[in-house]
Amino acid sequence: MSTITPSTGAEYAGILGIGSYRPRRVVPNSEILEHIDSSDEWIQTRSGIKERRWADDDETVLMMSVNAAKDALTDSGIDPAEIGCVIVATVTHLYQTPAIATRIAVEVGAPTAAAFDISAACAGFCYGVAMANDLVRGGSAKYVLAIGVERLSDLTDRTDRSTAFIFADGAGAAIVGPTDEPGIGPVVWGSDGTQHQVISQKESWQEAAGSYNWPHLQMDGNPVFRWASFAMAKTAQQALDVAGVKAEQLDLFVPHQANMRITDAMRKALKLPEHVKVARDIERQGNTSAASIPLAITAMREAGEASSGDLALIIGFGAGLVYAAQVIRVP
Amino acid sequence: MASTEEIRSNLAEIVNEIAGIPVEDVQLDKSFTDDLDVDSLSMVEVVVAAEEKFDVKIPDDEVKNLKTVGDAVAFIERAQNG
Repeated sequence: MSTITPSTGAEYAGILGIGSYRPRRVVPNSEILEHIDSSDEWIQTRSGIKERRWADDDETVLMMSVNAAKDALTDSGIDPAEIGCVIVATVTHLYQTPAIATRIAVEVGAPTAAAFDISAACAGFCYGVAMANDLVRGGSAKYVLAIGVERLSDLTDRTDRSTAFIFADGAGAAIVGPTDEPGIGPVVWGSDGTQHQVISQKESWQEAAGSYNWPHLQMDGNPVFRWASFAMAKTAQQALDVAGVKAEQLDLFVPHQANMRITDAMRKALKLPEHVKVARDIERQGNTSAASIPLAITAMREAGEASSGDLALIIGFGAGLVYAAQVIRVP
Repeated sequence: MASTEEIRSNLAEIVNEIAGIPVEDVQLDKSFTDDLDVDSLSMVEVVVAAEEKFDVKIPDDEVKNLKTVGDAVAFIERAQNG
């Protein structure tokens, strides 16, 4: 009987390089307050956000992704021609088809790589890293480029006082490839579609067609805060447990930068020791959904808070609801 | 079964730990937002801590009805008896 030859991959995979792109334009709370009845103090106490970045017209999903990817490629030292797959996590590439991943593959020098987009909202980067890890270890690609990118400002209702100050733009990228030691722990991931309505696009594209306005994102803050702060702390703990890493062995905690209050509540629930540095990029960057974790890691590296070889707990969570967490070694 | 005063006192400790409000200020007639300055997110944290402490479920839809400390204590009493 004839048999099929199965693929064989690397024993272990890890993140070999990481990069990011921050839009040029800084938008302070004072600019947000031109359209909503609120205050700088209210925004800061409810979210920790002092300012965010919004993309200019030329800072497209493609442009930001390519810049972040090139940054990650340089960081990794990998030849782009060896990239076998490009995964782009985004909810703000505003075309149903084709995926933006194929154009990014061309622009970064991996023109024949498998390429596709995924829709996993603020968990997108962690979903992408989980898939990349499995593709490398399963033998479907030697190296994978995983990107998280958003232009959430396009879908932000500037007059909605509960969300206008939160959402922002940017891109982050990671190169995942074979390593001598495990560099990515098992993913703890899942979804809860019973809460699909708590963060969502308000109007369908069909409903928005013909109107001057694009669809907007809406969020029911309190249930989201409850789920993210408490249920997600348990998920984060599970990711530590399955990786066999204790909280005291961690160097960094990098949750999706959703809201400083969520970060603080999770940190408390996880009982993280004082020495674990906690990502607080949201203060300057706002909530960039799928891009927030790689943006936060690169910010911590630039600030000297994170070093190559550090153990980091990352967790993404958002609209779906969807979530994913894993322990990684910082490149 | 815990008395009203026991529930109030335990709840006051939770509010103190989460929002830093002195326990003696957490009285039945006090409004969480207007008198005690507990914002909506801290209120969610209080509710989650109260669920654990009192072994009850306080659904999201119910939280907005808990305007005063007395409302919360009464809800917890009913939930424990139910």
